[in-house]
Amino acid sequence: MTTANSRELIARRAEKEIANGDYVNLGIGMPTLVANYISPDKTVVLQSENGLLGIGPFPTEDEVDPDLINAGKETVTASIGAAYFDSAESFAMIRGGHIDVAILGGMEVSEKGDLANWMIPGKVIKGMGGAMDLVHGAKKIIVIMDHVSKKGEPKIKKQCDLPLTGKQVVNKIITERGLIEVTPDGLVLKEVFEGYTVQDVIDSTGADLKIDVNA
Amino acid sequence: MKTIYKSAQEAVEPIQDGMTLMVGGFGLVGIPEQLILALVEKGVKDLTIISNNCGIDDWGLGLLLKEKQIKKMIASYVGENKEFERQALSGELEVELTPQGTLAEKIRAGGAGIPAFFTPAGVGTEIAEGKEIRVFNGKEYVLEESLTADFSLVRALKADTFGNLVYNKTAMNFNPMMAAAGNVTLAEAEEIVEVGQLEPGFIHTPSIYVQGLLQAEQEKRIERLTTR
Repeated sequence: MTTANSRELIARRAEKEIANGDYVNLGIGMPTLVANYISPDKTVVLQSENGLLGIGPFPTEDEVDPDLINAGKETVTASIGAAYFDSAESFAMIRGGHIDVAILGGMEVSEKGDLANWMIPGKVIKGMGGAMDLVHGAKKIIVIMDHVSKKGEPKIKKQCDLPLTGKQVVNKIITERGLIEVTPDGLVLKEVFEGYTVQDVIDSTGADLKIDVNA
Repeated sequence: MKTIYKSAQEAVEPIQDGMTLMVGGFGLVGIPEQLILALVEKGVKDLTIISNNCGIDDWGLGLLLKEKQIKKMIASYVGENKEFERQALSGELEVELTPQGTLAEKIRAGGAGIPAFFTPAGVGTEIAEGKEIRVFNGKEYVLEESLTADFSLVRALKADTFGNLVYNKTAMNFNPMMAAAGNVTLAEAEEIVEVGQLEPGFIHTPSIYVQGLLQAEQEKRIERLTTR
């Protein structure tokens, strides 16, 4: 289980994947935290699939509007230059390739970049929400998640066992242990984070890793 | 001029057991609160409900779920609604989970006279099982059929007496497409104004899609109050 500290580390590292001028969709849960760390040097527009382009900060108590929420159903504000629209328009943006980066949570990722994050048969049905559309629409798909499950088992595997959200869709995986790129030649470990060694990451990953870590 | 109902009970009167209803809203935002309450009171059952979510335990569509009035749910997200998840896992409720963008487009297409369309969402997953797959420019797409409903229940900020609608902020969500895809569309508005009072250039749903109107105050429960 990641601690608050490691969630912050993951969110801060994910922020570096966002360029100035990008339009970005952040998934529910840990991905939402990324918004807290966006550098003031960047102009970034956050899209919320329930019909808002330009998510602003959380409101003060006086600013709360029950008709203004993000996709996680949290009350938000709209930033300067924001726009509201319906759900069909929202997913036209997403499917049409207009979103630069999507950051999603994950239950499992395979070595080919398959993602599973919407149900555990017989146990949990969360629903896919917008994730199945996002993984085919956004230009760059980044999955941020714990490196291993609560039981300590690898979540990055040769094949996903859980029902898929999308096949061969993930570009990068960021966990509390490191950053892994999905390439046509398989998974490549690019960065190892403080407190872990390359061997730790290899041992806690259920698929082969090529190592390309700058010392 | 469209029918303006005096009460939600009167508005839902023609809704019968076994009908298919589209209900606007994302979470609890933009749901037609009084029309849903009137459906609970009427006790109409075996409904097929098309809506992104299914409310919460004690509000919105969750009330219909609790009273077992829903036979089938077509939605994209179960999330934290424990009763929805329990009924889905136990098989008491038929559930057709649909990617959110596909759901929105199915409804849009239904209202726009398009019977089906190809989308990449769900290709290679169980969502695409049994559906036609076709390759365009080297990429696979799945054929998805459109949706329509006997009744669509939507929520607007303002309506005029012709039935033109304006929505507030993210309370728009699925409402405009549902308004077009309902055989009969009932719009619950916070305020009904005289025709001519709404600026034509800023109307979200043109009156042609709306058959009945109800003015009703909204409780607007907040699911996750988050402040800075």
